Amino acid sequence: MPDNTAVKETKNVKVQKSRKEMTKWEWTLHEMKRTRVGYLMVAPFLLMFLVFTVVPVALSILLSFTSFNMFQWPKFIFMDNYIRLFLDDDLFMTAFKNTMMFAITTGPTSYILSFMLAWFINELSPRMRAFVTVIFYAPSISGAVYLVWGIIFQGDIYGYVNGWLLKLGIISVPIIWFKDAKYVVGLCIMVALWTSLGTAFLSFIAGLQGIDRHLYEAGAVDGIKNRWQELWFITLPTMKPMLMFGAVLAITGSFGFGGIVTALCGTPSVDYVAWTLTHHLQEYMTTRFEFGYASAISVVLFLIMFGANIGIQKLLSKVGQ
Amino acid sequence: MKKLRVRKHAVVLNRSVAGDGGITFILVIMAIFMFLPMWYLIVNSFKPLGEMNLTPPRFYVMKPTLKNYIDLFTNINATWVPISRYIFNTIFISVAATVGCLVFGSMAAYSISKIRFPGYNIVMNLIIYSLMISSTVSGLTNFIIYVQLGWLNTYTISIVPVWASTLGLYLVKNFMDANVSDEMIEAARIDGATEFFIYLRIVMPLVKPAWLTLIITTFQQVWNAGASGYVWSEQLKTFNAAITQVITVSAGAGSASIVLMMSVPIIMFIITQSQIVETMASSGMKD
Repeated sequence: MPDNTAVKETKNVKVQKSRKEMTKWEWTLHEMKRTRVGYLMVAPFLLMFLVFTVVPVALSILLSFTSFNMFQWPKFIFMDNYIRLFLDDDLFMTAFKNTMMFAITTGPTSYILSFMLAWFINELSPRMRAFVTVIFYAPSISGAVYLVWGIIFQGDIYGYVNGWLLKLGIISVPIIWFKDAKYVVGLCIMVALWTSLGTAFLSFIAGLQGIDRHLYEAGAVDGIKNRWQELWFITLPTMKPMLMFGAVLAITGSFGFGGIVTALCGTPSVDYVAWTLTHHLQEYMTTRFEFGYASAISVVLFLIMFGANIGIQKLLSKVGQ
Repeated sequence: MKKLRVRKHAVVLNRSVAGDGGITFILVIMAIFMFLPMWYLIVNSFKPLGEMNLTPPRFYVMKPTLKNYIDLFTNINATWVPISRYIFNTIFISVAATVGCLVFGSMAAYSISKIRFPGYNIVMNLIIYSLMISSTVSGLTNFIIYVQLGWLNTYTISIVPVWASTLGLYLVKNFMDANVSDEMIEAARIDGATEFFIYLRIVMPLVKPAWLTLIITTFQQVWNAGASGYVWSEQLKTFNAAITQVITVSAGAGSASIVLMMSVPIIMFIITQSQIVETMASSGMKD
């Protein structure tokens, strides 16, 4: 075998032109031939990815310009869905505002919380750190575990919060927490934050662990006086790739907000105070079968998620420059 | 001369006692906030009926009982599909989804990271963009595609779409970038190794933490997916979906079911934590 390849290679060298002699296209073609195994290896995944992620997004954009109910061929109506969304659908505006409100409150908070907690536990002993990590990370991987908040804030006297508030004489009748417009939003944000210490949190922990201790020693020699300066001048710039990764996950998670509301408050939530784009989309998709219109809603959601992500990436790439 | 404080495991610079105290305080408060709901749940799941209805509820259990768990299993078994079928479904779906994701994902990751075919950066950018949108966005068109493929109410719908998930692939690819040197791959190529051989025999053993992480994240995803609206035959549902259906039997059985559901991913994480954190060390995004 080795002899054969050697012969082949010398042959190739004779036949081939060098990179400088080839045009850009010739070179690309030559590279494609050389790496054809690479295409073969990426193909199965790529096929799935195209069918279940790329095509659906593209198809949503196309369908959003049509009126479609799954039984008849889509009818092209151009911008009508969008005009209806923004001018003629009060509930959409409510959903839009609520989604923005949830995203702006839970997104940055969970991001900063993830980072601060990761930073705080960074100096614990390894065993203690592993233990605390499990406690903080557990809610985010436990699926429907947030239903426990429904038990804690149960609307009758058997709920933990009501039971104790009654016992202490703070309230005289039990509060129906998840049906009361005053509390729903706050509670949902709290539950969302409770489940939000996820992959980004682990990424931050790993990032902090990976920082070379010598940097801190050098920093101390150079006149860094306290942990906050150390954070600003050494830790954050070194962690930039993790910060960007974490931001993507935090943004995507916060705009997709909705499942927790449905599970705890039911749909629609009282007075639509926690009605998000996710709910609006579900409504038009599963009960009204207006697929064209629902597509327009998902395109809006797509655009704000994507826009927010690209914007934040641009912003974060400036950190430490 | 700067004053150094020495802790058990490391010499620390620039740390004030007040700051350490404050941080410890915040950590304790946060740990209580995070853990207390879990604790209620565990306690509730062991409470006998008499203790369930005490007001105000107690934070501990006096006479722990397994009755809630037994109730839960009796109730699942009372439906016309035996509980073993649900357990089989769960194992079958999790294994098929995870294996596919591992094989296709790691192969693609190797190709993108080490073969770098023309166009690899386009594929990688698409993968990163896909992390920027949640599945809600494509939910509707996915549904249309499933209908066209005739996949509604089959095992396939719980398995194949998972193979397209990108987070695991992203982590494996980054880990390969960071931990497998191009020189070594080049040397293997010169020795006449095929790309497939290099991927399977050289690279995969080197990136064990990364594919372990892929396995765990994929498994969590499948496990927590629970009941999807696309599968309605009882014979095809997972244990998790079955549990969700009987969650309303009683408050005690409900708690017991959540405890069962959460214990699996948490235990898996505890076992693999160090490997996962090692993988996350290369999770960052370069701009």
